[in-house]
Amino acid sequence: MNQVLALPTTHDEAWRYADPAALAALDPGELDQWCDITLSPGEAACRVLVLDDASPGVQRLRLTLAQGARGAIFAIASASAYTRLEVEVRLARGAHFEFGGVTVGSGDATREFVTRVIHAEPEATSNQVVRSVHWGRATGNFLGAVHVARDAQQTDAAQNFRAILLEKGASANAKPELEIFADDVKCAHGAAIGALDDTAGFYMAARGIPPEVARRLLVRAFIADAFVALEDEAQRDDLLEQAVARLEGSRL
Amino acid sequence: MLRIDNLHATVGGKEILKGLSLNLNAGEVHAIMGPNGAGKSTLGYVLGGRPGYEVTGGTVTFRGQDLLALDPHERAATGLFLGFQYPVEIPGVSFVQFLREALNAQRNTRGEEPLSGGEFLKLARAKAGLLKLDMEMLKRPVNVGFSGGEKKRAEMVQMGILDPALAILDETDSGLDIDALRVVGEGINAIMRQQDGGPDKAVLLITHYQRLLDYVKPDFVHVLAGGRIVKSGGPELALQLEAEGYEAVAA
Ligand SMILES: Nc1ncnc2c1ncn2[C@@H]1O[C@H](COP(=O)(O)OP(=O)(O)OP(=O)(O)O)[C@@H](O)[C@H]1O
Ligand SMILES: [Mg+2]
Repeated sequence: MNQVLALPTTHDEAWRYADPAALAALDPGELDQWCDITLSPGEAACRVLVLDDASPGVQRLRLTLAQGARGAIFAIASASAYTRLEVEVRLARGAHFEFGGVTVGSGDATREFVTRVIHAEPEATSNQVVRSVHWGRATGNFLGAVHVARDAQQTDAAQNFRAILLEKGASANAKPELEIFADDVKCAHGAAIGALDDTAGFYMAARGIPPEVARRLLVRAFIADAFVALEDEAQRDDLLEQAVARLEGSRL
Repeated sequence: MLRIDNLHATVGGKEILKGLSLNLNAGEVHAIMGPNGAGKSTLGYVLGGRPGYEVTGGTVTFRGQDLLALDPHERAATGLFLGFQYPVEIPGVSFVQFLREALNAQRNTRGEEPLSGGEFLKLARAKAGLLKLDMEMLKRPVNVGFSGGEKKRAEMVQMGILDPALAILDETDSGLDIDALRVVGEGINAIMRQQDGGPDKAVLLITHYQRLLDYVKPDFVHVLAGGRIVKSGGPELALQLEAEGYEAVAA
């Protein structure tokens, strides 16, 4: 088959907050590529992704979790051009999926996480935490779809998105989407977008902490939520440092 | 040490301080009392440089410098400490981390070497002990989940660690139980009373009640009403206020 794939546009629901100019420049061939990961029953695996200037563009990950398997993905999207991580997960009975994502940066780039979590069987759980920190004219998005199949009773699916915009002109969007076909299900989602807490900023200044250090401490505490479930402490600290490091050298 | 001359300040476009003058010398303890809404906390915030508190007139000199020309964190490094009426909670940042950053930032601004982790913990433990605050509490996020009284005691632990020249303590006594009031009063004396041959120290206590003044005896008591100091006196003024009320004494 030699079919030419159409490029997505912002009219497509799953691409609605993307940057139109960046979409037009995508390579159609790349858009068809998925990285497939399959975990066998009871297996546990954790994948850490740093999408910085070494890997901008679109990345797609498909995760298939067999009964009782535990899959975790922790990601930073910080490249200076359009960056999008798509994750599609299928959970069998009693499996667990954990996602922690941070979009961070300035410029005028859009950085986004798009997840589709399919609770195909009963008793599976999923937890997704995304934090965005932007300034300049940058945008951070989280589009999280949760699908609970007809028989997937006792599903517990949570997603939480919070964004801090350090300057006017930056933006953030959340688009939770729930398709629930079972009745005994817990699905929680929350989203909040705001500025850095200036009361805390003044309290810190009153103790002698300069504004740039206060900002680093507050941002670090804010994004740490996305990585609390990362069990390896060294890896967790390393990811946090990499995300916070994007603030250094910014003109804030 | 601190000279406030004809200070005017607005908050949210409304004039709150209307020509306030006050002079504090090294070694002195002053108390400011006054009705709710008089502008006492505003005075503290203006001196601390809180954004949104705009000075529209007057001057403030602190240790020979124009205080109002400094950024808030520089004011702290110059030796000003503001004890908050409502201490702020900062989730995700531990007290230990917060105070170590604060102390070392102040030392850096003053051109001093930073304290190592070990040196800092030793100092923090000593000051927590002085205020009878469990050191374990300093490992928790700043003020998060602390009771009202614990927050006030933690403010004083912070003051002990930062060792300022001037402390402006805004209702540090509110929310304290009877024993905690004594511990905090003695703590203030231990940290902020000028010692012979020691560095210059002064305290400005903002309070509604005599009870803290029983422990931290003031040299001067002022009544702040309507955005200015309307009456000043010795320690007996606080007792008179408590007995007769603001209306009778300062009208
Ligand atoms: N953002 C604001 N906009 C307008 N008015 C304000 C603002 N913040 C404070 N005020 C007013 O300023 C006045 C002084 O407040 P302040 O907190 O300094 O009083 P206070 O003397 O500390 O009172 P208390 O004894 O109750 O603590 C009050 O009338 C208050 O309503
Ligand atoms: Mg007040």
